[in-house]
Amino acid sequence: MGLGSYISTVFSSVKSLLSGMKLTGYYFTHHKEIVTQQYPENKREGALILPERFRGEVTMPHDENNEHRCTGCQSCELSCPNGSIKIITKQEVQPDGKKKKAIDTWVYHLDMCTFCNLCIEACPTQAIVMGQEFEHSVFDKKKLKKILNKPDSKLKAGVE
Amino acid sequence: MITLSEIAHNIHVKLSGAITNETLLSITEMAIVGIILLGSLVMLSFFLGYMERKVAAFMQIRLGPNRVGPKGSLQIVADTVKLLFKEGLTPNASDKFLFNTAPYIMVITTMLVIAPIAYSSGFQIWDTSIGVLYVSSVSSVSVIGILMAGWSSNNKYSLLGAMRCGAQIVSYELSIGLSLIAIVVLTGSLRMSDIVMSQADGWWIFKGHIPVLIAFVIFIIASTAEINRAPFDLAEAESELTAGFHTEYSGMKFAMFLLAEYINLFIVCAMGATLFLGGWMPLHFGADNAFNHAMDYIPGFVWFFGKTFFLIFVIMWFRWTFPRLRIDQLLNLEWKYLLPISMINILLVTIIAIFGWHF
Repeated sequence: MGLGSYISTVFSSVKSLLSGMKLTGYYFTHHKEIVTQQYPENKREGALILPERFRGEVTMPHDENNEHRCTGCQSCELSCPNGSIKIITKQEVQPDGKKKKAIDTWVYHLDMCTFCNLCIEACPTQAIVMGQEFEHSVFDKKKLKKILNKPDSKLKAGVE
Repeated sequence: MITLSEIAHNIHVKLSGAITNETLLSITEMAIVGIILLGSLVMLSFFLGYMERKVAAFMQIRLGPNRVGPKGSLQIVADTVKLLFKEGLTPNASDKFLFNTAPYIMVITTMLVIAPIAYSSGFQIWDTSIGVLYVSSVSSVSVIGILMAGWSSNNKYSLLGAMRCGAQIVSYELSIGLSLIAIVVLTGSLRMSDIVMSQADGWWIFKGHIPVLIAFVIFIIASTAEINRAPFDLAEAESELTAGFHTEYSGMKFAMFLLAEYINLFIVCAMGATLFLGGWMPLHFGADNAFNHAMDYIPGFVWFFGKTFFLIFVIMWFRWTFPRLRIDQLLNLEWKYLLPISMINILLVTIIAIFGWHF
């Protein structure tokens, strides 16, 4: 190592350290940047702000006709790393006499879920999304086993 | 205005009126000083613990402790009470004598080092003629406490942490010593009060040109390493060694290591403030002028603690900004960069001192 590169190493490292200190110094003096939310208080005051991509629980949206978008392809079940999704399918007879696969129950084990978002990414029809609800504590573990499709719900027409 | 040294003198006069025996008098005074010192150091480490957590939080865009007491200021008290009630466990396979002695050695060392620090004009526990030498030599005894803790725990993480710590302190002692010598060369004295008095017409960091500035930067880097704080916290390195040398400690013995760490932080910053930033000396430029008189109205201990806490803040700023070094990078930094630079620097400082080029 030559003397020139030795000296330039010293100066460039000092410069990079100072630029890091500038950022933390900015955060130290600018308290409006703080991202922490004070949970029980802000819920009471109605100031709870959840980011759009917050992962609370897996939900299946239903429209006003009680129709969902799940075709029962089971991609989510396959993608789930710890088996917290179980889809029970049935064969439905279509008006033209053909049989078609449809979901019977969409079982979601919230107690096993790690909120990794892989099921939502795997879903080809955007039938499931991450909800914002996060207060899941219950006294009975059985209450964490949820069935996401509502009773008598149907597949939305046109979703393949 | 009543100064701290006048208060101390009044107490001395009152006590010597009450106690006629010379030996008994000095023992009583020592006991009083010791109790005040212990109490104030515990309070200081409480404050530093709170300060560290708040500074860390704001630098990481968090809020920090804010539930116990106003703005979370009693959080450390709550933590201490919690530690008091914890079991002080001694592992079965450990060397029990060394294991239980190590935290006391750490605390005793830090208490010894605090003796020659000057807080205000004439207010100093022990104004010895070898102040700087004493501090730099006694503070390195703490490595024995760390090695004892690491060895006696009979745990591979503790031993690795302690060995790293030994390597680190032995290397960084060199450049910390050389940067202290820079000021000693300029002052011509090792006595703390002489060093402070020599800065009556300007602090050394302003008077000593660039070489003293370099010595100051090296002092800050090396002292951060000396007290095992991030980015040089290889002795603890929680991501690789769980907690390093104090892995096996719990309860108050663990709290003692924490206490020693914070007092060490204070001592190092007090030394930096005394040697480079003028100690309790107000901000003076040149000899007698109006600016100097205006600055004299601020009491000395306010200056001392202001400077010390500024340096403590800077070291905390380092901790929450920089990533930890690897052991080879750590030793490279010392032996390839800091040591050669400080050796050339000491030469420049000596030339300045000989020719009297400083202001």
